[in-house]
Amino acid sequence: MKGPWYKLASAFLAPLVALAIAAVIGDLLILSFGEAPATVFRLLVEGTWGNPYGLGQVLYKATTLTCTGLAFAIAGRAGLFNVGAEGQLAMGGFAAAVVGLLLPVSMPGVIATVLCLVAAISAGAAVGAVPGALRAKFGASEVIVTIMLNFVVLALLNWLVAAKIHVAETLHTPPIAAGGVARISDAFPAFHGSAANWTLLIAIVAALGSAWYLFRTRAGYELRAVGLQPDAAEYGGVRVSRVLFTTMCLSGGLAGLGGMNFVLGYKGYYEEGFAGGAGFLGIAVALVGRNHPLGILLAALLFATLSQGGLAVNALVPKQLTDILSAVVILAVATAVPEVQRQLRAAAAAAASSLAGVMRGPA
Amino acid sequence: MTYPPDEPSEEAAAPDTSPAGSRMPPLGAVAVATAQDPPPDGWAVRMRDVAKSFGAVVANRDATLDVARGEIHALVGENGAGKSTLMRVLSGLYAPEGGSIEVNGRDVTGWKTTDAIAAGVGMVHQHFMLVNTLTVAENVVLGQEPLRGFTIDMARSIADVRALSARSGLKVDPTARIADLSVGEAQRVEILKALYRGAKILILDEPTAVLSPPEVRELWQVLRALRANGGTVILITHKLDEVIDVSDTITVMRAGRTVTRMATADTTPRDIAKAMVGREVALALDASPGIQVTGENRAGRAHAVSKAMRTALSVEGLTVRGDRGTIAIQNLSFTIAPGEVLGIAGVEGNGQTELLEAIAGLRASESGRIVLEDTSLMGLDVRERADAGLSHVPEDRHRRGLVLDYTVAENLILGRQHHFTSRGLLGGTLDRARIEANAASQIKAFDIRPPIASLAARALSGGNQQKVVIAREMGREFRVLLAAQPTRGVDVGAIEFIHAQIRAARDAGKGILLVSADLPEVLALSDRIAVMYGGKFVTVLPAEECDAEVLGPYMTGAAA
Repeated sequence: MKGPWYKLASAFLAPLVALAIAAVIGDLLILSFGEAPATVFRLLVEGTWGNPYGLGQVLYKATTLTCTGLAFAIAGRAGLFNVGAEGQLAMGGFAAAVVGLLLPVSMPGVIATVLCLVAAISAGAAVGAVPGALRAKFGASEVIVTIMLNFVVLALLNWLVAAKIHVAETLHTPPIAAGGVARISDAFPAFHGSAANWTLLIAIVAALGSAWYLFRTRAGYELRAVGLQPDAAEYGGVRVSRVLFTTMCLSGGLAGLGGMNFVLGYKGYYEEGFAGGAGFLGIAVALVGRNHPLGILLAALLFATLSQGGLAVNALVPKQLTDILSAVVILAVATAVPEVQRQLRAAAAAAASSLAGVMRGPA
Repeated sequence: MTYPPDEPSEEAAAPDTSPAGSRMPPLGAVAVATAQDPPPDGWAVRMRDVAKSFGAVVANRDATLDVARGEIHALVGENGAGKSTLMRVLSGLYAPEGGSIEVNGRDVTGWKTTDAIAAGVGMVHQHFMLVNTLTVAENVVLGQEPLRGFTIDMARSIADVRALSARSGLKVDPTARIADLSVGEAQRVEILKALYRGAKILILDEPTAVLSPPEVRELWQVLRALRANGGTVILITHKLDEVIDVSDTITVMRAGRTVTRMATADTTPRDIAKAMVGREVALALDASPGIQVTGENRAGRAHAVSKAMRTALSVEGLTVRGDRGTIAIQNLSFTIAPGEVLGIAGVEGNGQTELLEAIAGLRASESGRIVLEDTSLMGLDVRERADAGLSHVPEDRHRRGLVLDYTVAENLILGRQHHFTSRGLLGGTLDRARIEANAASQIKAFDIRPPIASLAARALSGGNQQKVVIAREMGREFRVLLAAQPTRGVDVGAIEFIHAQIRAARDAGKGILLVSADLPEVLALSDRIAVMYGGKFVTVLPAEECDAEVLGPYMTGAAA
């Protein structure tokens, strides 16, 4: 019998094994630069979790990654492969900035912020709706449509910013007048200087909400059924194409939400290229987080740590080392997780058979 | 028709849901006949105490098989008895964990598929392994292509296959594409493939599951011809009439072990069934007594029905297109009365699937009307039709009937999830307490084993998976049941149970549309039998007037 320990082991052991493999490869790389792995890793930890500023930067990066990771995961649960989070994230941030610019300065901050939030989610959802509709109506591959749409969206935004609303000599919009999310350092001065802001809480709520949606609601039951066996879902009265469409909208909305973090929580304006690959890294976050919203929170922290840690160890080894480590984690997870799970299944089966033998007694 | 490569089959992967001791008598109760005296032509295969398990699932233990050279040997047993696994061990797909294997007197324990093929052991799998876009000849020579320089000698391939086809009696056009063949023809290609590789010991896994009665007879002729030429055939099946028809010797397996080995001439279907299940069973395929018994019921019910004089389901002028856009069902009309089973016989692919999908709302109809009692189903979606009182046991439980990675409890609400929801946003939250209560009562009522609601449906044996579907569709209020292949790939014990459920539903006044490729099943359960051919009913007869001989010509389109 597969007990709860099996579930726990399956959820955590496999990623941990993958991390161990990544750490070993990291050691070898560090040695090849003539440095001591222990020193470099200590530096990495001290520069991230070891001081409030570093931790703040990790939390800031993890916030965006949580949103894009959720975006990929919720689509993945419906059998969709959303590679478009980069564009959806950028569009969400842009929409938040535009709404912030248009709202009167006199508007109360909370209302303005909520309006920006709605704009970010809606804009991301609108970008997700395009591949969703093409897939639902015509069966067009969402993989191709989302990839291509990234270029369209980013080019469109670059043109809008460069040609219409940029501040001279820069590639960003004017600072928004209304709305904004407070820095964590306002409440906890120790975090001073870090970009961490309360969008973090919104991302955590989004993760909890996604978990609830996927595993507790009827819509989530139907969504997962579509992802596992579309024919069985159709037989079960689920309107498959409708689920595909709404899921892509939801996925885009989650990615768009990530745009809040930079625009409202950090800079106060939209800047070309702010997404900086966070949309694509969300795929890795979802992969390591096993498409589970709570796993994604942890995985987002991991990748944020590696990203920030690259800056911390730059004095000893090139900061690209942690990019390589991120890639190694992804590869290790992709290859080690199925193997570890296979081993776990065999172990669980062996335990079950010996248990059954005991219970059956002598033949 | 290309399938993923050999994964452990359903029966191999299924856990031993009847742990030893729960319902079987001690194995010692049945004499395990291990043949002692060597047959005149010697042994083709001797497998001794073979053991093979998949994790906790013991597929084979102490499995023993003796096949004499030049015989047709039937290997029978329930689902999960370990027949397919044993044969995969013999053909080198799986390495045994214990025991020994001899082929033609040579110890070959633990050999690989390539060794087995070289030694003349060929296996025809239940799921065909053919390349759909290639021709018959290309498929047959695949991997052993005759070459001319660096290119395939196509002319020789075709000539070779044509000669082999003529010699073996397996009629098929070498230049036809696999995609254009019927299922029966595709199976002939599979057998040709094995023979082309020089198979002298031919293993066939459930070969008749997809064949019409005339095609089955043709297959028997081919197998007898092989035997006459000194070939050895091992036939996996759980259809007892076939065993009696064609085999010389029978080995019965149960729960991974060999139970008995007997000469076909000395046994009866009832004895075989008893050995398979370990107890007495009522056999649908004992056609005559079965029909007499239900005949009595039928007289009583006919009376009750004539009083009511309503229709449970009426279909008028229904036209439906198939997947390729061709007309699959043409202007079809029929009615089913409450308390009536209308059985549809016919070779698969004659519109049965499309008909049921159209009624269930899974496929659009071109024209026509479908009415359930007083409710027109046209324009309603799948969920609304289910709520109107339509239950549907789909033909493919692995594709449609179950979400295999969902738990038994989750599967037991599929299609009714909106009834297990508390009000709220986003279609509401699932009411877990009610879902679990529903699972507990259904598992009990339908004897689903193991009785664990949190187990993934994938982990159940085929028979228990089907019970989950049956429980969900029949364990609720409904007026009309569409039952497609309700007992396909299900063991004898579960067949008995499912048939009893269908009879009980009929007696409770439900209208039932039964589609089955298993003719004895249609004969045993139906009040009226329609034969479907080319998207039409070519005849509709009272069940009393039907048997295989009457229906056969209609099924092949020979009579109309």
